[in-house]
Amino acid sequence: MRREFKLPDVGEGLTEAEIVRWHVRPGDEVKVNQIVVEIETAKSIVELPIPWDGQVTGLLADEGQTVDVGGPIIAIETGEPADPQTAALAEDLVPAPPAEGAVEPGAHGSPAPKEERQAVLVGYGVKTGATRRRTRRTTSTIPADPVANPSRVELEGPPSGAAPQPATATGAGRAALAKPPVRKLAKDLGVDLATLTGTGPQGSITREDVRAATASQPQPEPQAQAQPQAGEERIPVKGVRKMTAQAMVASAFTAPHVTEFLQVDVTETMDAVRRLRTLPDFAEVKVSPLLLVAKAVLTAARRHPMINSSWDEAAQEIVVKHYVNLGIAAATPRGLVVPNVKNAHQLSLPGLAAELAQLTETARAGRTQPAEMAGGTITITNVGVFGVDAGTPILNPGESAILAFGQVRDMPWVVDGALAVRKVTTLALSFDHRVVDGELGSLFLRDVGAMLEDPLRMLAWS
Amino acid sequence: MTVDASRGADAPPELVQLLTPEGERVEHPDYDIDLTPEEVRSLYRDLVLVRRVDLEAVALQRQGELGIWASLLGQEAAQIGSGRALTDADMAFPTYREHGVAWCRDVDPVKLLGMFRGVNHGGWDPKEHNFHLYTIVIGSQTLHAVGYAMGIQRDDATAATIAYFGDGATSQGDVNESFIWASVFNAPIVFFCQNNQWAISEPLEKQTRIPLYRRASGFGFPGVRVDGNDVFACLAVTRQALKNAREGQGPMLIEAFTYRMGAHTSSDDPTRYRVASELEAWKLKDPIERVKAYLFKNELADQAYFDSIEAEADQLGADLRARCLAMPDPEPLAIFDHVYSEPHALIDEERAQYAAYLEGFER
Repeated sequence: MRREFKLPDVGEGLTEAEIVRWHVRPGDEVKVNQIVVEIETAKSIVELPIPWDGQVTGLLADEGQTVDVGGPIIAIETGEPADPQTAALAEDLVPAPPAEGAVEPGAHGSPAPKEERQAVLVGYGVKTGATRRRTRRTTSTIPADPVANPSRVELEGPPSGAAPQPATATGAGRAALAKPPVRKLAKDLGVDLATLTGTGPQGSITREDVRAATASQPQPEPQAQAQPQAGEERIPVKGVRKMTAQAMVASAFTAPHVTEFLQVDVTETMDAVRRLRTLPDFAEVKVSPLLLVAKAVLTAARRHPMINSSWDEAAQEIVVKHYVNLGIAAATPRGLVVPNVKNAHQLSLPGLAAELAQLTETARAGRTQPAEMAGGTITITNVGVFGVDAGTPILNPGESAILAFGQVRDMPWVVDGALAVRKVTTLALSFDHRVVDGELGSLFLRDVGAMLEDPLRMLAWS
Repeated sequence: MTVDASRGADAPPELVQLLTPEGERVEHPDYDIDLTPEEVRSLYRDLVLVRRVDLEAVALQRQGELGIWASLLGQEAAQIGSGRALTDADMAFPTYREHGVAWCRDVDPVKLLGMFRGVNHGGWDPKEHNFHLYTIVIGSQTLHAVGYAMGIQRDDATAATIAYFGDGATSQGDVNESFIWASVFNAPIVFFCQNNQWAISEPLEKQTRIPLYRRASGFGFPGVRVDGNDVFACLAVTRQALKNAREGQGPMLIEAFTYRMGAHTSSDDPTRYRVASELEAWKLKDPIERVKAYLFKNELADQAYFDSIEAEADQLGADLRARCLAMPDPEPLAIFDHVYSEPHALIDEERAQYAAYLEGFER
């Protein structure tokens, strides 16, 4: 018997999740509670176990696809004979479509168009459109006082909710009866409640009444989902891309950015990198120019603590951090992530090298956890690996400075009055001008440059 | 003159341990225990089975069959050890995570799932099992427990009460008030705090500046810290504390030093606030592995025994799954059934009104 596993609500009221990674492929045998997929919800990455033994007959959603709660994601052939009773039991977890009228498109399909959904505590989320609701009997069959309870104390009078209301009372001069969610719906859809006649209890206006009113209203030009033109592709914005976009917009439009540039002769640094690699202390770790850039930033940040601070808008205070969580922008298959090395200022050089290596490896494998990205205080972005000289980086939100490290290449350079071929790079420092003035930014950038020009200065200033 | 409140707090906390993480039996001058091989095997069985129940419930939540679940992973020894120390007459007041204690009180595991599946508000009769309903509000059950203990006192009965709570709850007013009442009335109660190091995302150092068990001395009763991953120690210490309480020696605080190896609940993501290395370190102190090592080293059980327990656990898990899925939806009017223990006019009226309302729908 073919069964479809539907995306459950794994976190109290979630409405959708993104498929991160399938652990199985069509044809695979699975056992009860075997992990078949990782999903990313608004709260966390969660592994989902399959509830049946059987064979995978199809993956119904692609990696990267966002699926609504209740949408089928994987089909399993369980091998049991199709027993209509048990099948009905299992399917009962999702409310059946309304008995009358056509099933709306997408009610059972996977990526349905966005619909309003109720948060539910147990099981799959419920689509309002698909909720099976028993119809009320006509008002006349309800006794005026639903309870003829002799024990009722006369002083209480009739229960207010049960007071019989003529349906015509909704007419002019009376506020229309409608529950708050219905009022909200009407407001959103631009329907004037006073113009409607309610069909609900006591003549109250229901969702259906509001919807019906919009159907009869002249439709505004449908805000159709933008269709891709010929030669265009439309990629939904989600996951890391969405996060990056939000963070960058937030940063670019709250912190006034200033960017300064400095070209530096890093021949000595490249030489130092080569010599460090031969030292036994660094036998186990990777020594890269980035390591010395990181060390230079840490050293310069200690000389100029204000660079390693953040702007607290709510408190109208500048928070100066006396520790450095050094962020490293990393390009990963899932997009840009900026994990940081916690308490980088306390690490030895080999320790820093090891942390940097582990952090980039984790990021490339796509396993960076949110905690590893939180709490950064200053960031380095190594744009040189892309083969460019410089850029104007945007601050990681909550930080006051970011250093872009360009490619290192052979350039004509004046040394002691004579032209020479040297290893040259470009440093670009963006900083938040609310916190850091041009003078401080320049001092910091110049210090980093000086240390890369002559790594001995790192010793001198350590 | 100032008093140095921290004097003595600098001394390293003492930990009662009878079985090391490596499965070595160690002695303790105040607390010891003599267990037959059969008893040790049965403790092992309980530990494995409740872990399996918990794993199945976690999976059911991930499959949309439970709304939420609070996993006990890592706290099995604290719960089985203390739960097995109870006599039938003793009364236990749990939080919402005491699945292991429920097991010791003979509550059918499927009954634990009802509330989390939303088909009932409790699922078992507290009187039948002397195991109160799960309490979601943090720490309030400690007050109920002290009240119950004072009732035992007034009935002149020979029984004790045990109140379960976590490290986070020790910051609640209710818990501190219950300490005061228990102390002043010398109530027969054991406060069993499972310090699992995390109150959701709040680490222990944000709850207290001294080891939690030392709080007891300020309220005027003894406190002890026990290795919460050591089922022997938890059993020995709780047994002694309950005995003292029954004999009129008043309350005691037991801090079971343990670790929540899973998420706070299925809605929580612990990777956002704690580092993976911490979990790895605690995995080495696993409460089940040490008993297994002890049984193995002392040739008290062989591979066939361990395999048979695994098979039993798998059967239990499959059975729990099937019975969970088969739980019927409640009758709408059942909501009125246990509001009061005796007939109540207002409830009767509301039930009748609601029945009439339901009648108003077409079939």
